[in-house]
Parts: sequence; C-alpha cells; structure tokens
Amino acid sequence: MNQIAALGTWALGCFASLGFSFRFLVRLTWLSILSLGRPRLIVEQLYFIGNRSLSIITISGLFVGFVLGLQGYYTLERYGSAEALGLLVALSLSRELGPVVSALLFAGRAGTSLTAGIGLMKAGEQLAAMEMMGVDPMARVLAPRFVAALIAMPLLAAMFSAVGVMGSWIVGVQIIGVDAGSFWSQMQAGVDIRNDIGNGVIKSMIFGVICAFIALFVGHEATATPEGVSRATTDTVVASSLVVLGFDFMLTGLMFGGF
Amino acid sequence: MENDTFLSVESLSFGYNPGRLILKNINMHFRRGSVVALMGGSGCGKTTVLRAIGAQVRPQSGRVMLDGTDVHKLDRAGLAAARRKIGMLFQHGALFTDLSVYDNVAFPLREHTNLPSAMIRDLVLMKLHAVGLRGASRLMPAEVSGGMARRVALARSIALDPPLLMYDEPFAGLDPISLGTIAHLVKNLNAALGATTMLVTHDVAETFRIVDYAYVMSAGEVIAEGTPDQLMASTDPQVKQFLNGRRDGPVPFHYPAAPIAEELGL
Repeated sequence: MNQIAALGTWALGCFASLGFSFRFLVRLTWLSILSLGRPRLIVEQLYFIGNRSLSIITISGLFVGFVLGLQGYYTLERYGSAEALGLLVALSLSRELGPVVSALLFAGRAGTSLTAGIGLMKAGEQLAAMEMMGVDPMARVLAPRFVAALIAMPLLAAMFSAVGVMGSWIVGVQIIGVDAGSFWSQMQAGVDIRNDIGNGVIKSMIFGVICAFIALFVGHEATATPEGVSRATTDTVVASSLVVLGFDFMLTGLMFGGF
Repeated sequence: MENDTFLSVESLSFGYNPGRLILKNINMHFRRGSVVALMGGSGCGKTTVLRAIGAQVRPQSGRVMLDGTDVHKLDRAGLAAARRKIGMLFQHGALFTDLSVYDNVAFPLREHTNLPSAMIRDLVLMKLHAVGLRGASRLMPAEVSGGMARRVALARSIALDPPLLMYDEPFAGLDPISLGTIAHLVKNLNAALGATTMLVTHDVAETFRIVDYAYVMSAGEVIAEGTPDQLMASTDPQVKQFLNGRRDGPVPFHYPAAPIAEELGL
C-alpha cells in the first residue's frame, strides 16, 4: 500500500512539475513578445549568445565537413558515384547534422552560460533585488535572452552547414580530386529549398526554443548555492542534449516521412 | 497614532512547510520618519520578516500594511508599484555584476522613468556623491571592496527616493571604518529623505547609536521591543543574553545532544 502511495505521490509530483514548467514557458513566451519593444536588450544578448558561439560552431562545422568529405567519398567511390559527394554532404548537413550538432554545441556553449549566469544572479540575490525594485526579472533578464537564443540558433545552424559544405569541398575537391563541377551541380540540383533547407531551419528553430527554455528554466530554478548552480549547469547540458535528440527523431519522422 | 504609522506587520505567521512556522504571530509598527531595528540571533527569522514585507513570501496568516495597503492582496502590477516605495539593501549588496557602478545606480531610474539620459546622469552622480563614491562610477562591482559595494547598493536603493528603506544586515562583515561609514549614511539618508528606515541587524552597539526603536526576535517571535534605553534596562534573561553577547543562557551554547559521557562510552 505504501508503494502505491509513493507511486501516486511521485506521479503527482511529475504532473505538478510539468504544469509548472509549462506555465513558465507560456509566461516566458508572452514576456518575450513584449520584450521585442526593447530591442537594445535583445541585441546585447544576441552578441553574448550568438556572436560568442560563432567560433565553436564554425570550427566544429569545418571539421564535421572534413570528416563528411572523407567518409562520403569512401562510401560513394565504391559505387562509382563520387561526384554525388556534394549532394550527400549538403543533404546530411542541412537536414540533420547542421541543426542537431549546432544545437548540441549551443547547449554546451551558450546554454551552460545562460544557466550559470541566471543561477549566479539568483545565488547573489540579484534577481531578488530586481524584484524588490519592482522590475520583473523574467521580463528584464530571461525574456531578452530567450528571444536572442531563438534568433541565434537557426543562424548558427546555417553557418555550421555552410562551413561544413566548405570543409567537404576542401577535402573532396581540393585534396582528393572530385570534379568541382559535379560537386556543386549535383548539390544545386538535388537540394530542395523547402523540403531540405526549410525543414532544417524549422528544426533548428525548435531546437533553439528547447535549448533556451531548458537553460533559462534550470538556471532560474537552481538552488541558490554554488553547488546548486554547478548541478544546474550539468543538468542543462544533459537535458538539452537528450530532448534535442528525441525531438530530432520525431521531427525527422514527421518532416521526411516515416510516420 | 494610526495615521503616523507608515508600515505595520499584524499577526504575521509564516512557514515554508505548513507544520513548521518560521514566524509566529509577529506584530510590528513603524512610524513615519523613524529608524527601527529588528534584532536577533542568526536564523531567528529577521530576514524572513523583510521578505514578507516585500511580499517575496506569502504568509499563512496576518497582513503587512504598507502606507495603508495590504501588500499581499495586490496583483502583480500593484505589487511592482508598491515595491517602488521600498528601497532595499541586501546583505551582500546584490549589485548586478555585469553592470558598472554607474549603471547599477541608474538601473531603477532607467526602468521606472523616462528621464533623459543627462538627467539620469546628474541623479546618479548625486546619489553616488551622497555615499562618497562619485569617483568610482566607472568601476565594475568586482573592482570595489565589500564596504564600497554596500555603499553602491545603498546609492541604488535610494535612487528613486523611496519612503521606506530596508537594510538587511548592513554592518555584517565590514571593517570598522566601513561599518562607521554605513551607520552614518543610514542615519543621514533617513533624515535627508524623510524616509522610514528598517534595519535588520545583530550588531547591538552600532545599531543602538542610530535607531529610535528596536524589536528583538528569537525563534520566530518578538520577545522584546522598545527604545535602546528601555531594552538595555530589560530584565528578560534572553534579551540580556543577546544584548550583552553572553555565551550561555536561555539560548544554550550546546546544540541538543545526548550526554557526552554516554556518547563517548565512558
């Protein structure tokens, strides 16, 4: 009987947490819309969240492109279709790797920084101080960060894919010797703007919402101690990565068929 | 007498867990323009009283009347408006670490007014001048000492000239010079702004020099109140132990435990 009661308590707790986080998301979304009236705050955060993630995104994109170039050539060459390397790389990046890997990198670089920043503001009573000044911390601190992350994520994913294509071009065309004309023309002919690039952009926007929401929510709800902030930072990376990968599977199924 | 009261805490009880109250039936009254201390040992609930006055926690029973309004019955917008009447100094200053000293003090002005930047600049420099830190306006919070950070936070808390100033442990962890400076500022700013001041502290000597009235708390209850002279004359053993800083008394030195002989197996 006690175990049934414990299970019930656990289930109720889960529903309460879900409800609480959903209300948090709704309020954050509403305040984010209002925060568009203060673009200076968003631009400031866009610099911290977007611009400062640029180096890790471009360098990672370049190396992923290198590897795709090498692995793609190895496989395609077996079937005598090495000219399709450009198409393979462009489709892999725009449909899958661009949005997913950049979201994972974003969670590691910008997500942790958002969680730690908000958590430390809470631990240092900065959020309480703001509240006591009659300023809503969610509107002033969280909402501009949320909007900035939503803008930054698709741009970073696009940058990742573009640099990735350049990386595979360097390896495939410049080093291995795949025909440059075939590389680019097959890519141009085979990549569909709406189905491939458009869906990739939608994916990265959804991943942006996921990463930003988790980072801000976990930071805001962190225990206001150094240990609490440290735990929250780890939780952000773990939760964002798992949710992004889970959503990616569902979105891929919905967008590209299967379900 | 009633109209002369700016802030009153009436029969306030609060606990984070329903069965365990942190504040038990607290009653306090703060006259306009007075400097009142709320004293007591660590963990007795002083800061929680401040949080209840600022409506950062909701009491189980009782009410807080701020200038005739029950702060716990206000909606979000009303509460934000009521909080603009309160200037609060947090224990460690709570300065915004990503903003300079100047921007910290300018923050409430920028958020709540549409004043031109030239006017904000003048106001910020005047506030910083009042706490002696006009020359430090360009520094970041990480570049100032603990005492200076407390003074910057003080300047920020008076930026909107609030009618109520609440200080949470303003003297804790300060060197004697900084402590004297803060005490002097608390008294002077109260007079200059015509504000009501509430001081949460456990520094008896410095506090009694500047306050008009004081409440002494223990274990979530008010155990004594009066002017500094009345409290010093108190015969209550718990009040005497606190004010004189005695190691043992009604508040025991030892945390409750089994007898030491039994624990050591002697």
